[in-house]
Amino acid sequence: MSRTAMHELGIATSILECVQVEAQRHPEGRITKVGVKIGELSGVDRDALQFGFEVLIKDTEWELLVLDLEYVPRMQRCSKCAYEFRMNDFDPQCPLCGDLSTKCISGEELDIAYMEVES
Amino acid sequence: MNRIAVEKKVLNENQVLAEQLRERYRQLGLLCVNLISAPGSGKTALLERTLERMDKGTRVAVLTGDLQTENDAQRLAKFGFPVKQITTGGTCHLDAKMIGKHLEGWKLEELDLLIVENVGNLVCPSSYDLGEDAKIVLLSTTEGEDKPLKYPSIFFKSELMLLTKIDLLPYVPFKADVARENARRVHPNMEIIDVSSTTGEGLDRWMQWLAARQAKARAKLQSVGT
Repeated sequence: MSRTAMHELGIATSILECVQVEAQRHPEGRITKVGVKIGELSGVDRDALQFGFEVLIKDTEWELLVLDLEYVPRMQRCSKCAYEFRMNDFDPQCPLCGDLSTKCISGEELDIAYMEVES
Repeated sequence: MNRIAVEKKVLNENQVLAEQLRERYRQLGLLCVNLISAPGSGKTALLERTLERMDKGTRVAVLTGDLQTENDAQRLAKFGFPVKQITTGGTCHLDAKMIGKHLEGWKLEELDLLIVENVGNLVCPSSYDLGEDAKIVLLSTTEGEDKPLKYPSIFFKSELMLLTKIDLLPYVPFKADVARENARRVHPNMEIIDVSSTTGEGLDRWMQWLAARQAKARAKLQSVGT
């Protein structure tokens, strides 16, 4: 694992390592794009990550690899009526039935979603 | 062009190591807590008061993380419990690999409680699972009440918030009720304990919280054993 001071550069390195592992499984092709989900609660800044990733791959064999970041907002599900809604301004109240017992169902993602392979 | 679904955590390598640590702790009934805050919120001072209050026979150990220096380990070693410093040499957080490496040489079966003091930082440590049972976030009265809103990730992921330096409330513009409200906006029903490492206020509640969690970790072990 890399020892870099900037948080997002460390994350970028982990993404590239995942791509390298996947590349070994697809020796016939070339990975051109990697899609990553970044949740609202992940604590990762997308601009800094994009920048860190570009710095990381510059002048390497991965220079043309595209990083596609997908933002995942914090979604809640109402424990009473099962309605799912995007949480705005940290307001947990269900907009449908008014219940306060809603649970976070997405927004913590820091996940590789897909890769595109060109043969 | 062929699109392949991967569905893997970016920090998968860390996650795997963290789960291995968690499983080791679980099998031993060991409680591990991960203390996280901005630099200067009072993590080390709280640990000093915490270790000071523990009976000599308490089976507790501390791993303390910083970018540089052994200062914190020296401060904490005075209390006679095993302490190790992890100097990250620039990295802004601890990861599971560093924890595993620094646990080498310690007999975990001789411990009931492992306290990890993370690097002072509210952002990066929230992404790295260390295998802990609970993350604990510290917010001090010399910071802004809106920190939970500015750094929601760590307040969301922490089970307990310790509002530190509570003795300074008469002298600072900090509004404790607003800070608690902000924390609970991000993390509804979050447990919050007000503490002062200077006057000792609230430390009994904190020690009780730790004891209750330790009892829970042990109870889980027994229920597995039967």
